[in-house]
Amino acid sequence: METAPKPGKDVPPKKDKLQTKRKKPRRYWEEETVPTTAGASPGPPRNKKNRELRPQRPKNAHILKKSRISKKPQVPKKPREWKNPESQSGLSGAQDPFPGPAPVPVEVGQKFCRIDKSRKLPHSKAKTRSRLEVAEAEEEETSIKAARSELLLAEEPGFLEGEDGEDTAKICQADIVEAVDIASAAKHFDLNLRQFGPYRLNYSRTGRHLAFGGRRGHVAALDWVTKKLMCEINVMEAVRDIRFLHSEALLAVAQNRWLHIYDNQGIELHCIRRCDRVTRLEFLPFHFLLATASETGFLTYLDVSVGKIVAALNARAGRLDVMSQNPYNAVIHLGHSNGTVSLWSPAMKEPLAKILCHRGGVRAVAVDSTGTYMATSGLDHQLKIFDLRGTYQPLSTRTLPHGAGHLAFSQRGLLVAGMGDVVNIWAGQGKASPPSLEQPYLTHRLSGPVHGLQFCPFEDVLGVGHTGGITSMLVPGASEPNFDGLESNPYRSRKQRQEWEVKALLEKVPAELICLDPRALAEVDVISLEQGKKEQIERLGYDPQAKAPFQPKPKQKGRSSTASLVKRKRKVMDEEHRDKVRQSLQQQHHKEAKAKPTGARPSALDRFVR
Amino acid sequence: MTANRLAESLLALSQQEELADLPKDYLLSESEDEGDNDGERKHQKLLEAISSLDGKNRRKLAERSEASLKVSEFNVSSEGSGEKLVLADLLEPVKTSSSLATVKKQLSRVKSKKTVELPLNKEEIERIHREVAFNKTAQVLSKWDPVVLKNRQAEQLVFPLEKEEPAIAPIEHVLSGWKARTPLEQEIFNLLHKNKQPVTDPLLTPVEKASLRAMSLEEAKMRRAELQRARALQSYYEAKARREKKIKSKKYHKVVKKGKAKKALKEFEQLRKVNPAAALEELEKIEKARMMERMSLKHQNSGKWAKSKAIMAKYDLEARQAMQEQLSKNKELTQKLQVASESEEEEGGTEVEELLVPHVVNEVQMNVDGPNPWMFRSCTSDTKEAATQEDPEQLPELEAHGVSESEGEERPMAEEEILLREFEERRSLRKRSELSQDAEPAGSQETIDSGSQEVLSELRVLSQKLKENHQSRKQKASSEGTIPQVQREEPAPEEEEPLLLQRPERVQTLEELEELGKEECFQNKELPRPVLEEQQSERTPNNRPDAPKEKKKKEQMIDLQNLLTTQSPSVKSLAVPTIEELEDEEERNHRQMIKEAFAGDDVIRDFLKEKREAVEASKPKDVDLTLPGWGEWGGVGLKPSAKKRRRFLIKAPEGPPRKDKNLPNVIISEKRNIHAAAHQVQVLPYPFTHHRQFERTIQTPIGSTWNTQRAFQKLTTPKVVTKPGHIIKPIKAEDVGYQSSSRSDLPVIQRNPKRITTRHNKEEKL
Repeated sequence: METAPKPGKDVPPKKDKLQTKRKKPRRYWEEETVPTTAGASPGPPRNKKNRELRPQRPKNAHILKKSRISKKPQVPKKPREWKNPESQSGLSGAQDPFPGPAPVPVEVGQKFCRIDKSRKLPHSKAKTRSRLEVAEAEEEETSIKAARSELLLAEEPGFLEGEDGEDTAKICQADIVEAVDIASAAKHFDLNLRQFGPYRLNYSRTGRHLAFGGRRGHVAALDWVTKKLMCEINVMEAVRDIRFLHSEALLAVAQNRWLHIYDNQGIELHCIRRCDRVTRLEFLPFHFLLATASETGFLTYLDVSVGKIVAALNARAGRLDVMSQNPYNAVIHLGHSNGTVSLWSPAMKEPLAKILCHRGGVRAVAVDSTGTYMATSGLDHQLKIFDLRGTYQPLSTRTLPHGAGHLAFSQRGLLVAGMGDVVNIWAGQGKASPPSLEQPYLTHRLSGPVHGLQFCPFEDVLGVGHTGGITSMLVPGASEPNFDGLESNPYRSRKQRQEWEVKALLEKVPAELICLDPRALAEVDVISLEQGKKEQIERLGYDPQAKAPFQPKPKQKGRSSTASLVKRKRKVMDEEHRDKVRQSLQQQHHKEAKAKPTGARPSALDRFVR
Repeated sequence: MTANRLAESLLALSQQEELADLPKDYLLSESEDEGDNDGERKHQKLLEAISSLDGKNRRKLAERSEASLKVSEFNVSSEGSGEKLVLADLLEPVKTSSSLATVKKQLSRVKSKKTVELPLNKEEIERIHREVAFNKTAQVLSKWDPVVLKNRQAEQLVFPLEKEEPAIAPIEHVLSGWKARTPLEQEIFNLLHKNKQPVTDPLLTPVEKASLRAMSLEEAKMRRAELQRARALQSYYEAKARREKKIKSKKYHKVVKKGKAKKALKEFEQLRKVNPAAALEELEKIEKARMMERMSLKHQNSGKWAKSKAIMAKYDLEARQAMQEQLSKNKELTQKLQVASESEEEEGGTEVEELLVPHVVNEVQMNVDGPNPWMFRSCTSDTKEAATQEDPEQLPELEAHGVSESEGEERPMAEEEILLREFEERRSLRKRSELSQDAEPAGSQETIDSGSQEVLSELRVLSQKLKENHQSRKQKASSEGTIPQVQREEPAPEEEEPLLLQRPERVQTLEELEELGKEECFQNKELPRPVLEEQQSERTPNNRPDAPKEKKKKEQMIDLQNLLTTQSPSVKSLAVPTIEELEDEEERNHRQMIKEAFAGDDVIRDFLKEKREAVEASKPKDVDLTLPGWGEWGGVGLKPSAKKRRRFLIKAPEGPPRKDKNLPNVIISEKRNIHAAAHQVQVLPYPFTHHRQFERTIQTPIGSTWNTQRAFQKLTTPKVVTKPGHIIKPIKAEDVGYQSSSRSDLPVIQRNPKRITTRHNKEEKL
């Protein structure tokens, strides 16, 4: 990348030798920095087809991103600092060119604020108010710190951008592979395994390992980046589903009869007979729960850390073969043949919610990583995206030519649908936006009908299992570019994995905490609070927090007679009563005013309306 | 009555008289006297009695009588004067004396005092003491209130309490306040100071500074040559002087001396003419030499040589002459005359010695001190440096000042230029600031513009969608007239246009910006709503004929039937999946088709039924307390009357509205998750009165998963930290900056130790 020559600002002309000699030596910080304009540097060289292609994490920061991070340039601050440099100078005489704490863009900080200030609080005492103020100050400080640490997320997501008018869906994998670097190109591959039927596949949480199982019993696990095979066995039984447990060392395989667990050498560790005829598997990593959906209609939660079955719930909806988890709140979504999707938690015997999604049966369900959107496809050939934030209403609906049999969301909110032997990918505006179903982002045709789909975490790769084997295809911008090295590190060693395992076990979330709104756990249990209050009143015989009843003051000169005391008491009581009545009346008025439609005038004939 | 009494008294008197008449041997004279006295008294009493007969209190007039009668040795009586006897009267002497006046005063004071009250009983005294002590101690302890409050509100308390933690100062301030203490340090600093090395300011050494002000090469060369020459000359001169000093010939020295003396004289003469002041100084020197001569015995023929000469003088003329010469010399010297040859000679010598160093060198050095900056090591720079040490903050200013000064010295011509430049800079600065002020709103406008553009683009997208929807619907629903649709379509662009036109101009201030934001969200909210309404309005006519149960569900905002039956646009896909599929799948497809054809309504009806059941199940049940057959006939086929049933039915209170009340396609379970509730907070902690207040304080997560390391550490700092191995003493007044308790507190504390100790305990618990 060549940069435009900087306009010579303060470099004096060479001819006047003496003058240059007398000049003070310029320190690097004193130099007035020439703002390198974004327009000055030409963009990266485009390939022959004139499209910008950044499938793998680009190492150099892009201009677009920069402008997004700090929308408000600190222009007004700088000249002031130049004006009075001596106030800032320290012992060395050097001036801090950027004095004070680093500025934090407001919207970035806002992202980390968790206190809901829209809810009004009842009037609070001074002591309480000070506590609230402290809490708010703490929140602000931590959010600022978090916003500042965003700077450390150096990597940026890739993207695929067509020239104006060009459809990105027309770009085929070969083009992408041609454009990207060798390392990324190596991530696109096909495994031709025609012998053992349609494959289901699963990536480990770090995105480093891949396990797949064919319908005819072929089970294999490999480090797909280096293509190092960990194990390959044939279980001599139909394999319905396959899933990694918390780490790549353990592998759950749903076989024809029972659920089996293998280690990464292919050695069978457990055969769990209480989970029989399992069709689908889901693993909840923070709860160490393996959720299994069976043909018998049972949803079973198995705690893999202690080997106990936490809950076996009867869905009462026949065979279960559509399941997905909500990564935000660990709720299991089950699709049923009557067009409903039910949401389950191990703590409740009945579904948390039931949503009627399709007129036909539900074929596939997927929930995005933020837990905001759910995509469903049904036998009515429709693909719908639902809002899961309380309303459960469809946001967008599309009819697909043959309906989608498989759905999956990527970490950054891309939606993939497998329809027969075609894979369609839709992209949204950003991370937290729903995918727009207007136009597909990418399409790809496979050698056989799709049987399993998953986006690889932390790699812009989509794994597709089909009848012809496994296909790993490149999808720029699919995954999160920054990984948490302590949480899911793709490059971790065996030792690190063991340490992480211990930590994760210590931080295991109890299964009963799974609920629709996890933030509700941070709320006071009002019902038991009131119950406790009631019990306390019963125990003590009076309400310690109640307002003390009015006690008339004793008066002198014979005015404190019993009769007058009673009179005074009654006065106060009456006043209170009147207040109450007044309030209730006002409420009634409000209700009536709301209920009454203002539009049509009441007519005399209204009384005859039946 | 009175007459009777009178008579009696008279009788009594007569009896007394009789008694008194009894003869008494030994006090005859006295008795006589007494008898007289008695008589007098009787008489008096009689008079009184008589006078009191008329019933009125007659004023008694003091009767004059003889003093001897009244005054007796044994008795004091105040009879006659109508007053009581006062104690002070006794003291009254014949003549007033001053000494007794004071005693009288004291007496009067003693008398004026009221009687001493009874001492209070013990309990009361104690109570009063307690009250006083409480007030005093409360006052004393009230000074601790701010401390207690501060400690209670402190985020962290570290025990043992330290007086004041030193604020973390920047390293530069620390360095500037630092002083050399150990001998090694002092030595190093001396060295540094001597070599003019910067001690605190590592930016520029004096050498570097000098190099900044360096001269040209030619100048440097010239200067070097000059220095070299001077040094060479000096060495020559020194060599010559040394050589001459070594010459032993006395004659030579004498000649030299004389020559010098002559020269000195000549110079003195010249000086007198040219510079009388300098001549005067010379004169003084001569005077001093004379004084010295008079003091010493040098030329007074008392030396060894002179004595030997004196022996020889008788015979030797030469010796005599020499002696004479000496004496004359002495005279000359001691004379007050200005002309003194020998002193001049001596002075000349000293002068010569002084002049051993040639003038050239000095001259050069003098020059060096002047304008040439190469050798500019004057003490001023030292002081300047010291100044910089003292106040590092003013350093750059000073430096700049110094530089400008030196520049001024170097090139006085350049001063004007510098001044001009400064002026220009200032002007440009002012301009820049103005510009920036101008630029600020401009920038904000730009950002706003961009924001508004984004919003606009969103709006445009929305409107496009709208249009598309309309068009698609147009195609499908041909039954509806086209005109209303056109009308419906129109408002959207109308709303857009004013936005487009107005926004960039309007926004100037922050408030306006906020308003704008509100407007935007309003518009954003407003826009979709009409769409929905339109959709509904379009849908309802379609559904009305074939949906009889619609009426019941009217209050529901979104219609379930519509939700599922609406035709959605099909996706344009480039790659259509291949139709040839496995046989069983085709079969399944076929079955699906059939199911789709028949199932549609079934699914919805089933779901609605399920929902109704769920709603019913979750409703609180009424309690029926009617007893059939109680108070009326009972039996098979007989029901209690409606009135009775109504009377004994206890209606359950209506619960809160269901969450899925307005969501026809959703059933949300209303059951409480008991297992999760066990993990929730169930008791409100102390200062909170409402659960929402407390919830707000625990909404921010404190775990390291959600926070940066720093924030996590700050959020989880313990409230109280005790240093291990340290004694934690109770807080003292000195610790918090108070003076130690004054003396006045002490007695209170001593008097009531019990109360105080309890108070102290409280303090310790702070």
